[in-house]
Amino acid sequence: MHEIEKILDKNGLIFAFLVVGLVMYLSYIVSKKLTRNNIPGAAIAISVGLVIAYFGGDKGVASIPAFSGMALLGGSMMRDFSIVATAMGASFTEIKKTGLIGLMCLVIGTVIAFFVGGFIGYSMGYTDAKSFATIGAGACTFIVGPVTGSAVGASSDVIAISIAIGVIKSIVVTIATPFVAKRMGIDNPQSAMIFGGIVGSTSGVSAGLAATDVALVPYGALTATFHTAMGCLICPSILYYIVHLFLA
Amino acid sequence: MKIYGVAILAGCFLVGHLIGDKLGGIFHLAGNLGGVGFAMLFLVLLNDYFKKKDLIPAETESGILFWSKMYIPVVVAMSATQNVRAALSGGWAALLVGVFATLACYMLVPVIAKFAKKNASNN
Repeated sequence: MHEIEKILDKNGLIFAFLVVGLVMYLSYIVSKKLTRNNIPGAAIAISVGLVIAYFGGDKGVASIPAFSGMALLGGSMMRDFSIVATAMGASFTEIKKTGLIGLMCLVIGTVIAFFVGGFIGYSMGYTDAKSFATIGAGACTFIVGPVTGSAVGASSDVIAISIAIGVIKSIVVTIATPFVAKRMGIDNPQSAMIFGGIVGSTSGVSAGLAATDVALVPYGALTATFHTAMGCLICPSILYYIVHLFLA
Repeated sequence: MKIYGVAILAGCFLVGHLIGDKLGGIFHLAGNLGGVGFAMLFLVLLNDYFKKKDLIPAETESGILFWSKMYIPVVVAMSATQNVRAALSGGWAALLVGVFATLACYMLVPVIAKFAKKNASNN
Protein backbone atom coordinates (compact mmCIF):
# COMPACT_ATOMS: atom_id res chain seq x y z
CA MET A 1 0.00 0.00 0.00
CA HIS A 2 2.78 2.36 0.99
CA GLU A 3 4.64 1.58 -2.22
CA ILE A 4 1.64 2.31 -4.42
CA GLU A 5 1.20 5.63 -2.66
CA LYS A 6 4.84 6.48 -3.26
CA ILE A 7 4.57 5.78 -6.99
CA LEU A 8 1.33 7.77 -7.33
CA ASP A 9 2.80 10.67 -5.41
CA LYS A 10 5.92 10.68 -7.57
CA ASN A 11 3.98 10.48 -10.84
CA GLY A 12 1.12 12.76 -9.87
CA LEU A 13 0.30 14.17 -13.30
CA ILE A 14 0.18 10.71 -14.91
CA PHE A 15 -2.10 9.44 -12.18
CA ALA A 16 -4.31 12.50 -12.73
CA PHE A 17 -4.72 11.52 -16.41
CA LEU A 18 -5.91 8.11 -15.28
CA VAL A 19 -8.32 9.47 -12.66
CA VAL A 20 -9.85 12.08 -14.96
CA GLY A 21 -10.12 9.55 -17.77
CA LEU A 22 -12.08 7.20 -15.52
CA VAL A 23 -14.34 9.99 -14.27
CA MET A 24 -15.07 11.06 -17.86
CA TYR A 25 -15.76 7.50 -18.98
CA LEU A 26 -18.21 6.78 -16.18
CA SER A 27 -19.90 10.19 -16.53
CA TYR A 28 -20.53 9.73 -20.24
CA ILE A 29 -22.00 6.27 -19.59
CA VAL A 30 -24.31 7.73 -16.95
CA SER A 31 -25.27 10.54 -19.33
CA LYS A 32 -26.17 8.07 -22.07
CA LYS A 33 -27.82 5.30 -20.10
CA LEU A 34 -29.48 7.11 -17.22
CA THR A 35 -30.39 10.48 -18.70
CA ARG A 36 -30.60 9.52 -22.40
CA ASN A 37 -28.13 12.35 -23.14
CA ASN A 38 -30.52 14.85 -21.56
CA ILE A 39 -27.76 15.99 -19.23
CA PRO A 40 -24.43 16.35 -21.08
CA GLY A 41 -21.65 13.99 -20.03
CA ALA A 42 -19.36 17.00 -19.58
CA ALA A 43 -21.75 18.56 -17.03
CA ILE A 44 -21.93 15.28 -15.10
CA ALA A 45 -18.14 14.86 -15.14
CA ILE A 46 -17.58 18.40 -13.83
CA SER A 47 -20.20 17.86 -11.11
CA VAL A 48 -18.45 14.63 -10.14
CA GLY A 49 -15.23 16.64 -9.95
CA LEU A 50 -16.84 19.09 -7.54
CA VAL A 51 -18.18 16.22 -5.42
CA ILE A 52 -14.73 14.57 -5.31
CA ALA A 53 -13.25 17.91 -4.24
CA TYR A 54 -15.57 17.90 -1.23
CA PHE A 55 -13.72 14.89 0.18
CA GLY A 56 -10.39 16.73 0.04
CA GLY A 57 -9.48 19.93 1.80
CA ASP A 58 -8.51 23.50 0.94
CA LYS A 59 -7.14 22.37 -2.40
CA GLY A 60 -9.94 19.91 -3.06
CA VAL A 61 -8.85 16.36 -3.77
CA ALA A 62 -5.28 17.61 -4.36
CA SER A 63 -4.96 18.00 -0.59
CA ILE A 64 -4.55 14.22 -0.50
CA PRO A 65 -0.88 13.58 -1.47
CA ALA A 66 -1.60 10.80 -3.98
CA PHE A 67 -3.90 13.16 -5.90
CA SER A 68 -1.52 16.13 -5.90
CA GLY A 69 -1.14 15.82 -9.70
CA MET A 70 -4.76 16.89 -10.12
CA ALA A 71 -3.70 20.38 -9.10
CA LEU A 72 -1.20 20.43 -11.97
CA LEU A 73 -3.65 19.08 -14.57
CA GLY A 74 -6.43 21.38 -13.37
CA GLY A 75 -4.17 24.34 -12.60
CA SER A 76 -4.50 27.67 -14.36
CA MET A 77 -1.62 26.98 -16.78
CA MET A 78 -3.08 23.81 -18.31
CA ARG A 79 -6.59 25.19 -18.13
CA ASP A 80 -5.82 28.40 -20.02
CA PHE A 81 -3.70 26.48 -22.54
CA SER A 82 -6.48 24.04 -23.46
CA ILE A 83 -9.13 26.75 -23.50
CA VAL A 84 -7.11 28.86 -25.92
CA ALA A 85 -6.84 25.75 -28.12
CA THR A 86 -10.65 25.54 -28.40
CA ALA A 87 -10.53 28.74 -30.46
CA MET A 88 -9.39 26.49 -33.34
CA GLY A 89 -13.01 25.36 -33.69
CA ALA A 90 -14.15 28.89 -34.43
CA SER A 91 -13.48 30.25 -37.88
CA PHE A 92 -13.27 33.97 -38.38
CA THR A 93 -14.91 33.74 -41.80
CA GLU A 94 -17.91 32.02 -40.24
CA ILE A 95 -18.39 34.57 -37.49
CA LYS A 96 -18.19 37.33 -40.09
CA LYS A 97 -21.21 35.75 -41.76
CA THR A 98 -23.29 36.35 -38.66
CA GLY A 99 -22.13 39.95 -38.94
CA LEU A 100 -22.80 42.74 -36.53
CA ILE A 101 -25.81 40.98 -35.02
CA GLY A 102 -23.61 38.05 -34.01
CA LEU A 103 -21.08 40.33 -32.36
CA MET A 104 -23.84 42.29 -30.64
CA CYS A 105 -25.35 39.07 -29.23
CA LEU A 106 -21.99 38.04 -27.80
CA VAL A 107 -21.49 41.37 -26.06
CA ILE A 108 -25.08 41.69 -24.82
CA GLY A 109 -25.26 38.07 -23.68
CA THR A 110 -22.01 38.38 -21.75
CA VAL A 111 -22.86 41.73 -20.15
CA ILE A 112 -26.38 40.65 -19.11
CA ALA A 113 -25.21 37.34 -17.62
CA PHE A 114 -22.31 39.09 -15.85
CA PHE A 115 -24.39 41.79 -14.17
CA VAL A 116 -27.49 39.70 -13.40
CA GLY A 117 -25.21 37.04 -11.90
CA GLY A 118 -23.04 39.56 -10.10
CA PHE A 119 -26.00 41.38 -8.55
CA ILE A 120 -27.61 38.18 -7.28
CA GLY A 121 -24.25 37.25 -5.77
CA TYR A 122 -23.98 40.75 -4.29
CA SER A 123 -27.38 40.49 -2.67
CA MET A 124 -26.30 37.18 -1.12
CA GLY A 125 -23.26 38.68 0.54
CA TYR A 126 -20.52 38.50 -2.12
CA THR A 127 -20.00 42.23 -2.10
CA ASP A 128 -16.35 42.76 -3.05
CA ALA A 129 -15.37 43.51 -6.66
CA LYS A 130 -13.39 40.28 -7.10
CA SER A 131 -16.26 38.05 -5.99
CA PHE A 132 -18.83 40.09 -7.95
CA ALA A 133 -16.79 39.71 -11.13
CA THR A 134 -16.06 36.00 -10.59
CA ILE A 135 -19.68 35.08 -9.84
CA GLY A 136 -20.92 37.24 -12.72
CA ALA A 137 -18.39 35.60 -15.03
CA GLY A 138 -19.54 32.17 -13.83
CA ALA A 139 -22.98 33.10 -15.12
CA CYS A 140 -21.42 33.29 -18.62
CA THR A 141 -19.90 29.79 -18.71
CA PHE A 142 -18.07 27.47 -16.33
CA ILE A 143 -14.86 28.49 -18.11
CA VAL A 144 -15.22 32.25 -17.91
CA GLY A 145 -15.84 32.06 -14.14
CA PRO A 146 -12.56 30.42 -13.09
CA VAL A 147 -10.55 32.26 -15.76
CA THR A 148 -11.83 35.56 -14.40
CA GLY A 149 -11.49 34.42 -10.81
CA SER A 150 -7.83 33.55 -11.10
CA ALA A 151 -7.11 36.60 -13.24
CA VAL A 152 -8.46 39.01 -10.61
CA GLY A 153 -7.27 36.93 -7.65
CA ALA A 154 -10.56 35.72 -6.18
CA SER A 155 -10.58 33.05 -3.46
CA SER A 156 -10.93 29.36 -4.29
CA ASP A 157 -14.37 29.00 -2.72
CA VAL A 158 -15.76 31.82 -4.87
CA ILE A 159 -14.15 30.20 -7.92
CA ALA A 160 -15.79 26.90 -6.98
CA ILE A 161 -19.15 28.69 -6.79
CA SER A 162 -18.55 30.22 -10.22
CA ILE A 163 -17.87 26.76 -11.70
CA ALA A 164 -21.05 25.42 -10.09
CA ILE A 165 -23.02 28.34 -11.56
CA GLY A 166 -21.70 27.58 -15.05
CA VAL A 167 -22.51 23.88 -14.67
CA ILE A 168 -26.05 24.67 -13.49
CA LYS A 169 -26.43 27.00 -16.46
CA SER A 170 -25.36 24.31 -18.92
CA ILE A 171 -27.82 21.84 -17.40
CA VAL A 172 -30.68 24.39 -17.45
CA VAL A 173 -29.91 25.26 -21.08
CA THR A 174 -29.77 21.60 -22.12
CA ILE A 175 -33.06 20.67 -20.49
CA ALA A 176 -35.03 23.83 -21.20
CA THR A 177 -34.05 24.48 -24.83
CA PRO A 178 -36.18 21.80 -26.58
CA PHE A 179 -39.25 22.94 -24.62
CA VAL A 180 -38.95 26.64 -25.36
CA ALA A 181 -37.20 26.64 -28.77
CA LYS A 182 -40.39 26.87 -30.86
CA ARG A 183 -41.88 29.57 -28.69
CA MET A 184 -38.69 31.62 -28.92
CA GLY A 185 -38.59 31.22 -32.69
CA ILE A 186 -35.41 29.13 -32.79
CA ASP A 187 -36.15 27.34 -36.07
CA ASN A 188 -33.61 28.77 -38.52
CA PRO A 189 -29.81 29.17 -38.65
CA GLN A 190 -29.85 32.88 -37.86
CA SER A 191 -31.98 32.60 -34.72
CA ALA A 192 -29.90 29.57 -33.66
CA MET A 193 -26.77 31.71 -33.95
CA ILE A 194 -28.39 34.49 -31.96
CA PHE A 195 -29.44 31.96 -29.35
CA GLY A 196 -25.92 30.48 -29.09
CA GLY A 197 -24.33 33.91 -28.88
CA ILE A 198 -26.55 35.22 -26.12
CA VAL A 199 -26.82 32.09 -24.00
CA GLY A 200 -23.25 30.81 -24.43
CA SER A 201 -22.51 27.52 -22.65
CA THR A 202 -21.31 25.47 -25.65
CA SER A 203 -22.12 22.11 -24.09
CA GLY A 204 -25.62 23.21 -23.09
CA VAL A 205 -26.39 24.91 -26.40
CA SER A 206 -25.19 21.98 -28.52
CA ALA A 207 -27.02 19.42 -26.41
CA GLY A 208 -30.17 21.56 -26.25
CA LEU A 209 -30.24 22.28 -29.98
CA ALA A 210 -29.52 18.62 -30.75
CA ALA A 211 -32.74 17.75 -28.95
CA THR A 212 -34.55 20.54 -30.83
CA ASP A 213 -33.28 20.17 -34.41
CA VAL A 214 -29.91 18.58 -35.18
CA ALA A 215 -29.41 20.79 -38.24
CA LEU A 216 -29.19 23.86 -36.00
CA VAL A 217 -26.37 22.55 -33.78
CA PRO A 218 -23.37 23.88 -35.74
CA TYR A 219 -24.88 27.37 -35.95
CA GLY A 220 -25.62 27.62 -32.25
CA ALA A 221 -22.32 25.99 -31.27
CA LEU A 222 -20.37 28.41 -33.47
CA THR A 223 -21.49 31.54 -31.68
CA ALA A 224 -21.52 29.79 -28.30
CA THR A 225 -17.80 29.03 -28.73
CA PHE A 226 -17.18 32.72 -29.25
CA HIS A 227 -19.22 33.49 -26.15
CA THR A 228 -16.51 31.92 -23.98
CA ALA A 229 -13.79 33.84 -25.83
CA MET A 230 -15.74 37.08 -25.45
CA GLY A 231 -16.28 36.35 -21.76
CA CYS A 232 -12.59 35.62 -21.16
CA LEU A 233 -11.77 38.86 -22.96
CA ILE A 234 -14.13 41.34 -21.34
CA CYS A 235 -15.08 39.86 -17.93
CA PRO A 236 -11.63 40.09 -16.30
CA SER A 237 -10.85 43.39 -18.08
CA ILE A 238 -13.50 46.00 -18.94
CA LEU A 239 -16.33 44.56 -16.86
CA TYR A 240 -14.11 43.93 -13.82
CA TYR A 241 -12.77 47.46 -14.13
CA ILE A 242 -16.31 48.91 -14.14
CA VAL A 243 -17.23 46.84 -11.07
CA HIS A 244 -13.98 47.86 -9.43
CA LEU A 245 -14.93 51.54 -9.75
CA PHE A 246 -18.07 51.00 -7.67
CA LEU A 247 -17.05 48.29 -5.20
CA ALA A 248 -13.95 48.14 -3.07
CA MET B 1 4.86 17.79 -37.06
CA LYS B 2 2.45 18.02 -34.18
CA ILE B 3 4.87 20.02 -32.08
CA TYR B 4 4.60 22.90 -34.58
CA GLY B 5 0.92 23.19 -33.75
CA VAL B 6 1.62 23.03 -30.03
CA ALA B 7 4.30 25.69 -30.47
CA ILE B 8 1.90 28.01 -32.34
CA LEU B 9 -0.60 27.53 -29.53
CA ALA B 10 2.09 28.26 -26.94
CA GLY B 11 3.11 31.42 -28.79
CA CYS B 12 -0.48 32.76 -28.88
CA PHE B 13 -0.92 31.83 -25.22
CA LEU B 14 2.21 33.67 -24.06
CA VAL B 15 1.63 36.80 -26.14
CA GLY B 16 -1.98 36.93 -24.90
CA HIS B 17 -0.86 36.62 -21.29
CA LEU B 18 1.79 39.27 -21.77
CA ILE B 19 -0.82 41.73 -23.06
CA GLY B 20 -3.20 40.79 -20.24
CA ASP B 21 -0.47 41.42 -17.68
CA LYS B 22 0.48 44.78 -19.21
CA LEU B 23 -3.18 45.82 -19.22
CA GLY B 24 -3.41 44.86 -15.56
CA GLY B 25 -0.43 47.10 -14.86
CA ILE B 26 -1.88 50.02 -16.84
CA PHE B 27 -5.15 49.92 -14.88
CA HIS B 28 -3.36 49.31 -11.57
CA LEU B 29 -5.20 46.06 -11.01
CA ALA B 30 -3.39 42.99 -9.80
CA GLY B 31 -3.87 40.13 -12.22
CA ASN B 32 -4.22 39.37 -15.87
CA LEU B 33 -6.88 41.31 -17.76
CA GLY B 34 -8.32 39.25 -20.59
CA GLY B 35 -5.09 37.42 -21.45
CA VAL B 36 -6.90 34.21 -22.37
CA GLY B 37 -9.33 36.13 -24.56
CA PHE B 38 -6.50 37.88 -26.42
CA ALA B 39 -4.71 34.57 -26.92
CA MET B 40 -7.88 33.04 -28.40
CA LEU B 41 -8.31 36.03 -30.67
CA PHE B 42 -4.74 35.62 -31.96
CA LEU B 43 -5.22 31.91 -32.59
CA VAL B 44 -8.46 32.50 -34.52
CA LEU B 45 -6.86 35.20 -36.67
CA LEU B 46 -3.65 33.24 -37.21
CA ASN B 47 -5.57 30.08 -38.06
CA ASP B 48 -7.70 32.02 -40.54
CA TYR B 49 -4.63 33.52 -42.18
CA PHE B 50 -2.86 30.14 -42.40
CA LYS B 51 -5.97 28.47 -43.85
CA LYS B 52 -6.31 31.12 -46.54
CA LYS B 53 -2.66 30.80 -47.55
CA ASP B 54 -2.88 27.02 -47.18
CA LEU B 55 0.07 27.11 -44.81
CA ILE B 56 -1.15 24.79 -42.08
CA PRO B 57 -0.79 21.02 -42.65
CA ALA B 58 -3.34 18.74 -40.97
CA GLU B 59 -0.55 17.28 -38.84
CA THR B 60 0.27 20.71 -37.39
CA GLU B 61 -3.39 21.40 -36.81
CA SER B 62 -3.82 18.13 -34.92
CA GLY B 63 -1.26 19.33 -32.38
CA ILE B 64 -3.62 22.17 -31.47
CA LEU B 65 -6.78 20.07 -31.76
CA PHE B 66 -5.45 17.59 -29.20
CA TRP B 67 -5.28 20.33 -26.59
CA SER B 68 -8.70 21.67 -27.49
CA LYS B 69 -10.13 18.19 -26.86
CA MET B 70 -8.39 18.14 -23.46
CA TYR B 71 -10.27 21.10 -22.14
CA ILE B 72 -13.23 19.27 -20.59
CA PRO B 73 -10.90 16.79 -18.80
CA VAL B 74 -8.79 19.70 -17.58
CA VAL B 75 -11.91 21.46 -16.32
CA VAL B 76 -12.91 18.25 -14.51
CA ALA B 77 -9.49 18.19 -12.79
CA MET B 78 -9.88 21.88 -11.98
CA SER B 79 -13.30 21.28 -10.39
CA ALA B 80 -11.83 18.46 -8.33
CA THR B 81 -9.18 20.79 -6.89
CA GLN B 82 -11.40 23.64 -5.69
CA ASN B 83 -12.24 24.46 -2.11
CA VAL B 84 -15.74 23.00 -2.42
CA ARG B 85 -16.31 22.65 1.31
CA ALA B 86 -15.95 26.40 1.78
CA ALA B 87 -18.06 27.01 -1.31
CA LEU B 88 -20.92 24.88 -0.04
CA SER B 89 -22.04 27.71 2.20
CA GLY B 90 -22.68 29.57 -1.05
CA GLY B 91 -24.58 26.70 -2.65
CA TRP B 92 -27.80 28.70 -2.84
CA ALA B 93 -26.00 31.56 -4.53
CA ALA B 94 -24.76 29.13 -7.22
CA LEU B 95 -28.25 27.77 -7.81
CA LEU B 96 -29.97 31.15 -7.92
CA VAL B 97 -27.36 32.81 -10.13
CA GLY B 98 -27.23 29.81 -12.46
CA VAL B 99 -31.00 29.71 -12.95
CA PHE B 100 -31.84 33.42 -13.04
CA ALA B 101 -28.91 34.60 -15.15
CA THR B 102 -29.80 31.89 -17.67
CA LEU B 103 -33.46 32.95 -17.71
CA ALA B 104 -32.43 36.57 -18.29
CA CYS B 105 -30.43 35.47 -21.35
CA TYR B 106 -33.33 33.38 -22.65
CA MET B 107 -35.69 36.32 -22.45
CA LEU B 108 -33.35 38.37 -24.63
CA VAL B 109 -33.27 35.87 -27.50
CA PRO B 110 -36.72 36.58 -29.03
CA VAL B 111 -36.16 40.34 -28.68
CA ILE B 112 -32.91 40.31 -30.61
CA ALA B 113 -34.18 37.71 -33.11
CA LYS B 114 -37.08 40.05 -33.92
CA PHE B 115 -34.73 43.00 -34.21
CA ALA B 116 -32.46 41.00 -36.54
CA LYS B 117 -35.40 40.00 -38.74
CA LYS B 118 -36.56 43.61 -39.01
CA ASN B 119 -33.05 44.68 -39.95
CA ALA B 120 -32.78 41.98 -42.59
CA SER B 121 -36.11 42.94 -44.21
CA ASN B 122 -35.15 46.62 -44.22
CA ASN B 123 -32.04 45.91 -46.24
